[in-house]
Amino acid sequence: MIIHHPILGPRDAQEFVYLGDASLIDRPDGMTAGVEAFHDYLYNRTNPAGEHQELWYHEQGDRSWLVVTRNTVTHEITKVELARDVARARGRTK
Amino acid sequence: MRYSGFRVIAEALTGHKGWKPVWRDPTPQADYDYIIIGGGGHGLATAYYLAKEFGQARIAVLEKGYLGGGNVGRNTTIIRSNYLLDGNEPFYEFSLKLWEGLEQDFNYNAMVSQRGIINLIHTDAQRDAATRRGNAMIMHGADARLLSREDVRQMYPWLNFDNARFPIKGALMQPRGGTVRHDAVAWGYARGADQRGVDLIQNCEVTGMRIENGRIKGVETTRGFIGAKKVGVAVAGSSSKVMAHAGMRLPIESHVLQAFVSEGLKPLINGVMTFGAGHFYVSQSDKGGLVFGGDIDGYNSYAQRGNLPVIEDVAEGGMALMPAIGRVRLLRSWGGIMDMSMDGSPIIDKTHVEGLYFNGGWCYGGFKATPASGWAFAHLLAKDEPHKTATAYRFNRFLKGRMIDEKGQGAQPNLH
Repeated sequence: MIIHHPILGPRDAQEFVYLGDASLIDRPDGMTAGVEAFHDYLYNRTNPAGEHQELWYHEQGDRSWLVVTRNTVTHEITKVELARDVARARGRTK
Repeated sequence: MRYSGFRVIAEALTGHKGWKPVWRDPTPQADYDYIIIGGGGHGLATAYYLAKEFGQARIAVLEKGYLGGGNVGRNTTIIRSNYLLDGNEPFYEFSLKLWEGLEQDFNYNAMVSQRGIINLIHTDAQRDAATRRGNAMIMHGADARLLSREDVRQMYPWLNFDNARFPIKGALMQPRGGTVRHDAVAWGYARGADQRGVDLIQNCEVTGMRIENGRIKGVETTRGFIGAKKVGVAVAGSSSKVMAHAGMRLPIESHVLQAFVSEGLKPLINGVMTFGAGHFYVSQSDKGGLVFGGDIDGYNSYAQRGNLPVIEDVAEGGMALMPAIGRVRLLRSWGGIMDMSMDGSPIIDKTHVEGLYFNGGWCYGGFKATPASGWAFAHLLAKDEPHKTATAYRFNRFLKGRMIDEKGQGAQPNLH
């Protein structure tokens, strides 16, 4: 698989480390969220067959975190964004 | 029809005219007491034991493709019970004991071959860990032996014992481990279930679940609605897809695991060998092909095929351990979809829907578990309480902090 890095261009997926579903960006507030919400965040996954937004870390490159939109049935990658931009768009401040 | 040596001789003398189809191809009835979704190893074993051991009737198995067309026909056929943790070892030892009597039990030749499995050791720390695991196995009634470097050399003198990074210092052996003809397991359970009146319904995909007032009423399928008092789901690989019909999100990711077979060779490897440090394991089939594999590809996938980097990684592991295979040609490679759970261990449990039960999360260890999984799931379905060897395989273990994490990797499914 080739991941089209927003800054570095096409890079082999071998250079990346995979973390999982990009919903991991949306961590509940540790001061207010209950145990159930954290359990759901940490352990449960939608795990779709089809389009999936996921976190890849460019460990062998510029060490940026990316949000890759990829089809889990065909492995086709349709969108690659910097995770930083995605997190800010979702209202995260850091 | 009962199979035996005499039967084979009698049929050979009469032109093989007496063989009959091994199971019926029934039309689905309007409703059943039990519906098992998934006609793979675990689903068929569940139906078989429900009928045979728990005396239940009016059972159907629904399969979206053909019987045994999923992971039971895609694995590398290894059986073993070499686990460390209390939540796992009694279950897998129960499974290994069932394997030992399976062919007599369901009157089908599954080619159960207990040729032994060894896990190679390269450091003092690994030897300590292997000793501990071996002791845990023995305490739960399994068998284990610690092999020295010279013991391993006697078995396989052609291994690379002096690899600069991972020199072989010994191994943990389970002599009762081995391999089984995987397709025959599905066929044997299917035949045994069919003989006991279970309807095996193929080309019947579940497209929805009818749930009223928190209770399951039946399932919508491509062959119409089928009612049921209890529904058991055993579709590892597709668990998240099927359980989404009941509004559930699971502690599971689907990942692709590849396997490989080489061209046929003369006898080289007697048992099963794992080279964990090199992400490689291997056995040799009766036809002579080396059957081997390594890690999952590492990203969510439902594709049933992997990518080339992992093939290269597995081949490198093989070469590091066995330089002698350098000129051997790869015959085939394929992929299967694994339910990778959040702690690397399975789930056999009730759900929040009354009458709906779940069996999945087998990671890449589902094949060896087939008999015990079927037995324990049948126990849960029939008696509404977990089998004594499967009490730890609950959904709520993640909420309660009672994970069964053999590797200690945490909630990172692609590392288990």
